[in-house]
Amino acid sequence: MVTTAVASWVVRRVSPGRVLAVTGRNVAALRSGPSYWLVLVSGFFEPLLYLLSIGVGVGALVGRIPLGDGQVVTYAVFVAPAMLAASAMNGALAETTFNFFFKLRYARTFEAILATPVRPFEVALGELSWAMVRSAFYTAVFLGVMVAFGLAGPWWALAAFPATLLVGLAFGAVGMAASTLMRGWQDFDVMTAAQFSLFLFSGTFAPVQDYPPVLEAVVVATPLYHAVELVRGLTLGQVEWALAGHAAYLLVMVAAGLWFAARRVERVLCK
Amino acid sequence: MAGGVTALTAHPTYAVFERYMVLYKRLWRASVFSSFALPLLFLASIGLGVGQYVGSLEGVPYAAWIVPGVLASTAFQMAVGESTYGVLGSFKWTRSSHAMYATRVSIGDMLRGWLLYLVVRGVIAVAVFMAVVVWFGVLASPWALATPLVAALLTVATAAPVTAFAASIDHDSYFALLFRFVMIPATLFSGVFFPVEQMGGWKVAAYVSPLWHGVALCRAATLGQEPPWPVWAHAGVLVAVAAAGWWWASAAFRRRLRD
Amino acid sequence: MQPLIYARGLVKRFGSFTAVDGIDLEVQPGEAFGFLGPNGAGKSSTMRMISCVSMPSAGELRILGRDPVREGPAIRARLGVCPQLDNLDPDLTVWENLTTYARYFGLSRAEARRKAGELLEFAQLTEKASSLVEPLSGGMKRRLTIARAMVNDPELVLLDEPTTGLDPQARHLLWERLFRLKQQGVTLVLTTHYMDEAEQLCDRLVVMDGGRIVAEGSPRRLIEDYSSPEVVELRFGLEELAGYVPRLEGVGDRVDPLPDRILLYAKDGDEAVAEVHRRGLTPSSVLVRRSTLEDVFLHLTGRTLVD
Repeated sequence: MVTTAVASWVVRRVSPGRVLAVTGRNVAALRSGPSYWLVLVSGFFEPLLYLLSIGVGVGALVGRIPLGDGQVVTYAVFVAPAMLAASAMNGALAETTFNFFFKLRYARTFEAILATPVRPFEVALGELSWAMVRSAFYTAVFLGVMVAFGLAGPWWALAAFPATLLVGLAFGAVGMAASTLMRGWQDFDVMTAAQFSLFLFSGTFAPVQDYPPVLEAVVVATPLYHAVELVRGLTLGQVEWALAGHAAYLLVMVAAGLWFAARRVERVLCK
Repeated sequence: MAGGVTALTAHPTYAVFERYMVLYKRLWRASVFSSFALPLLFLASIGLGVGQYVGSLEGVPYAAWIVPGVLASTAFQMAVGESTYGVLGSFKWTRSSHAMYATRVSIGDMLRGWLLYLVVRGVIAVAVFMAVVVWFGVLASPWALATPLVAALLTVATAAPVTAFAASIDHDSYFALLFRFVMIPATLFSGVFFPVEQMGGWKVAAYVSPLWHGVALCRAATLGQEPPWPVWAHAGVLVAVAAAGWWWASAAFRRRLRD
Repeated sequence: MQPLIYARGLVKRFGSFTAVDGIDLEVQPGEAFGFLGPNGAGKSSTMRMISCVSMPSAGELRILGRDPVREGPAIRARLGVCPQLDNLDPDLTVWENLTTYARYFGLSRAEARRKAGELLEFAQLTEKASSLVEPLSGGMKRRLTIARAMVNDPELVLLDEPTTGLDPQARHLLWERLFRLKQQGVTLVLTTHYMDEAEQLCDRLVVMDGGRIVAEGSPRRLIEDYSSPEVVELRFGLEELAGYVPRLEGVGDRVDPLPDRILLYAKDGDEAVAEVHRRGLTPSSVLVRRSTLEDVFLHLTGRTLVD
């Protein structure tokens, strides 16, 4: 329902050229910043470092870890897809919250853009596309590293790639909706708190079955849990119907987030 | 208004320190999460989850082993975080350093007041954290009382060079490089999560990280064990890094303010 | 009396670029002294050396009779500085900006509070005491910056382009406040590229161009020396102005063609206009006015003021 409404609204109102122009502004801004290649390329090392520290370092202390279905895997195999999902979330949120809010309220970037034929919703879409470009770049690298370390088969890694994009899109859309509601930087503390709590307790570092039952029930309702389960299921090659459920959860986030963000961006910028 | 004689009382270093405390009074709520709640959540996550798979490490439960690491890295991350955008901004955006330097405040006063403020922040964060975790029985030795002192030393050894770096650059995108190539690797490979001995020959890389020396001293204090190196050696490295950072920061401030 | 500022052959270089190229200066207590010149003339570089934050590359400089290189903090303790770019603390309130700054000078807390109250009154910002700096208007920010520069009862106040970017009301209010300071005996040194500001505020001024001092004196004196009592501005539609210059030869004291108009410097403007008409010229517009510092400036630098 919501999805169809959003889709028809999008088709009626959006010009791909203008959306691309907004995305292009971000590309130009990145290119003209100093040390641009260094910053971009250095993004490759981050997942590698995390895998070495948590996957290999802590992994050596943990040994092997049992999955729900009785299969036992090394800790690195267990934790890598979760960190991948979390990094897709963090990347998308960084772009659609901090950067988006800065451009919305401080740099007056959007104010300048909206003096042209570009519409508010096209701004939102352009920004989200940009977040996805960056996110896709880094998750592809992460998956490549996982394959190189033998933490996922190449075909399963390829299958997981669109899933990581879905994760980024879901959190990006919701993040953008949230940043239209932010009153000031102090509200970001709440978001950072929520984000970090999700990162710590979404079955990332240990199976959720180990948590106390109440905490487990709470975790199962939160979004990063579904992202982690979806990505982990695909990289481990455990395809089952539950994955469709996780994907559906994320799709609803995309649709609801975009629908809400579109309404709010219009209200905030064209008041 | 002119010609009035005013009583000169406060030392300029203290005036600088006071300025940051005035700001902190307004902003401390924002730091509650990163300074206190975040490390506690982290500990809960590791303790509930990973800890039970690890069991014990070097004779203590994994949670007790990791507490001093999290303590030290809290001070470390606070010191790095505070010394980046704020320091560059004080030269580039708000120009509050220029405003200070137009008074009788010297560059030495600015650095002393700033580092003093960060030490107070670091010590408060570590003390509150310890007051909470002590109830979980993870502090095994009365030497744990020395931990805030280590945190203070680590804060200066971290903040001084990072402040110098922030004062030397022209554009804030270099911070991304600092985070990626220095802060994150330092946090991940300084014995916070696993012993650096596991890294084989790579462990010498940890020796150049002030965080490793801070973690080693904190761990020795909370567990009441001998640190890997003699205490004076760990402390000596931290003092040397702090001194080098101080020297670099003075030069960078001078270049920025005097041109 | 010992001059508050004494400079001989003062030079400031940035790499191969010479911003200040050997200037001599003396500013006496109680004076209002101005640096007039276009952007890039070396005014701000000179001001930064006087405020003891930038080191001279060569020459001699004494501020309050002391050496700025060795005694910077001691001199700065007795200066008030209002920089070209506002550097108020955006994270602090108006009130805290003043009290915090007062503490840099070592005032006791009670003294800082007393001073802040007094200066808010002076800057007409008393109702804004608890506001943050960000929402203030440009004029309010400037007044706060000037008030802040007064917390230590400075012997010398340095103002770098105090009214640049302000609207006319804000400028006049600021001038009135600065005039009060002057009446209280505070020594003011300011830079400006506004002629009216220099005429309003300065007892004495120097015109700078290309890092050098090209003229010095009171505003009135400069006008007398480098201009004539009246100026006639002639416009001739869209035609090429250069062709008219030979035909105006000998009218008034001097003829100065600008891109859009021709200036005639004369003792009697009306008489000059009559002569223009006698020569059969029909300008599209004629304006007779008193000579100003702008005319001095045009004469000295040979170009229009670059704002």
